[in-house]
Amino acid sequence: MQQALGTALALLIGLDAKLVEIVLLSLRVSLSAVAIAALLGFPLGAAIAVGRFPGRQTLIVFLNALMGLPPVVVGLLVYLLLSRAGPLGPLGILFTPSAMVIAQTILILPIIAALSRQAIEDAWREYEEQLRSLGTGRTNAALTLLWDTRFSLLTTILAGFGRAAAEVGAVIIVGGNIDGVTRVMTTTIALETSKGDLPLALGLGMILIAIVVAVNAAAYLTKELAQRRYG
Amino acid sequence: MRNGAILPLGLHEVSFAAGGRTIIDRISLEIEAGPSTIILGANGAGKSVLMRLMHGLLRPTSGWVEWNMPERSGAPRKQAMVFQRPVMLRRSAQANVAYALKIAGIPKAQREPLVRESLEGVGLAHLARRPARVLSGGEQQRLALARAWALHPEVLFLDEPTASLDPSATREIETVIRAFDAAGTKIVMATHNLGQARRLGDEILFLDRGRLVERAPVEEFFSKPQSAQAAAFIKGELPWT
Repeated sequence: MQQALGTALALLIGLDAKLVEIVLLSLRVSLSAVAIAALLGFPLGAAIAVGRFPGRQTLIVFLNALMGLPPVVVGLLVYLLLSRAGPLGPLGILFTPSAMVIAQTILILPIIAALSRQAIEDAWREYEEQLRSLGTGRTNAALTLLWDTRFSLLTTILAGFGRAAAEVGAVIIVGGNIDGVTRVMTTTIALETSKGDLPLALGLGMILIAIVVAVNAAAYLTKELAQRRYG
Repeated sequence: MRNGAILPLGLHEVSFAAGGRTIIDRISLEIEAGPSTIILGANGAGKSVLMRLMHGLLRPTSGWVEWNMPERSGAPRKQAMVFQRPVMLRRSAQANVAYALKIAGIPKAQREPLVRESLEGVGLAHLARRPARVLSGGEQQRLALARAWALHPEVLFLDEPTASLDPSATREIETVIRAFDAAGTKIVMATHNLGQARRLGDEILFLDRGRLVERAPVEEFFSKPQSAQAAAFIKGELPWT
């Protein structure tokens, strides 16, 4: 155990090429998924927050429920979509990083949409009369609220990133954990641990934790500073 | 009557009920340009709801509200409202005023002078770049007045604008309201503060439990109230004004 820890630290300090490659791919996949999910999820959340349409309550419950989607189930669904016989099979992207991005996007879109819907709806309750008094239409109100809740929305991005960076189930199914192609931190940890190669697994584990802590700290500080500045 | 003026405003047998409770009970009245109208009444008399019905934030449960010239949706509003607690956007004071102008469709190049003018009008020019939400309560309320005033509305509704402010902030707000009145904007203000009603009002609409009990010029209302409710209200409230 002690030896494994020592080797893990050596890998980290020496910026082991293989380790760096795995970390970078992880970040690329998860950050892409977060970016796409935010681009789709924020407008969706805002639309549901200020919208009036039949079935709105049901949609909210459904969206909240989707936050708990099991990654392996998402992986399986995307696998079926992208497999040779599947509807998107001709794209030929199964077992590529693109497939992993798609799977993680589907996994975290509900998280970002549902959490931002909540934040924007709370703000809407406070702003509604004032905005309607000024003559702000609903579309404009949604945009205004997106901008005014920007610091709360940072937290929803964080929740999405945390989920994406930490999951194994979806990426391992649609990525295949191919060495040098689709191997990311979580899948490598799972594989190396089962093979008994603890140093690499431990090293990646530490990096994973460090990244999540660093991202959270940065977001927390940004939010604190912003709140002090803008109230 | 000015050409294209939205006043007079008519309410016809307007009622409003929520949760099985009647809050406004068959009120009919006409609001004309000119004299400042004060809506007076105890807490829960329906003052705020009546103003929201006039301003269009609430729809009457029965009866109807009619402006001389109905506003077109999407066109700049000719009426504005200042609420008891101002809602400021998370941006600078001047950006809050500019926002109202943008919503009204004023081209970007024309916004800046209007923003400056209305901030100066409420004595906030020196705080223009400050984030609006960190201003004091009184400053935020003056900013809300500047935002409402930026477009020189024909009618300005004020819902107890000084209810949560200290006396000096209250005086500042009253000064601003008087200036708007002098500039020709019709003031319709709800308050339960008799001193303020006297200071700012020309005529009083007295509400009691959702009904319009009395309407009279200020002096007449305070010297010779016609209804028992108004008399009791004046007597009961006086010691605290």
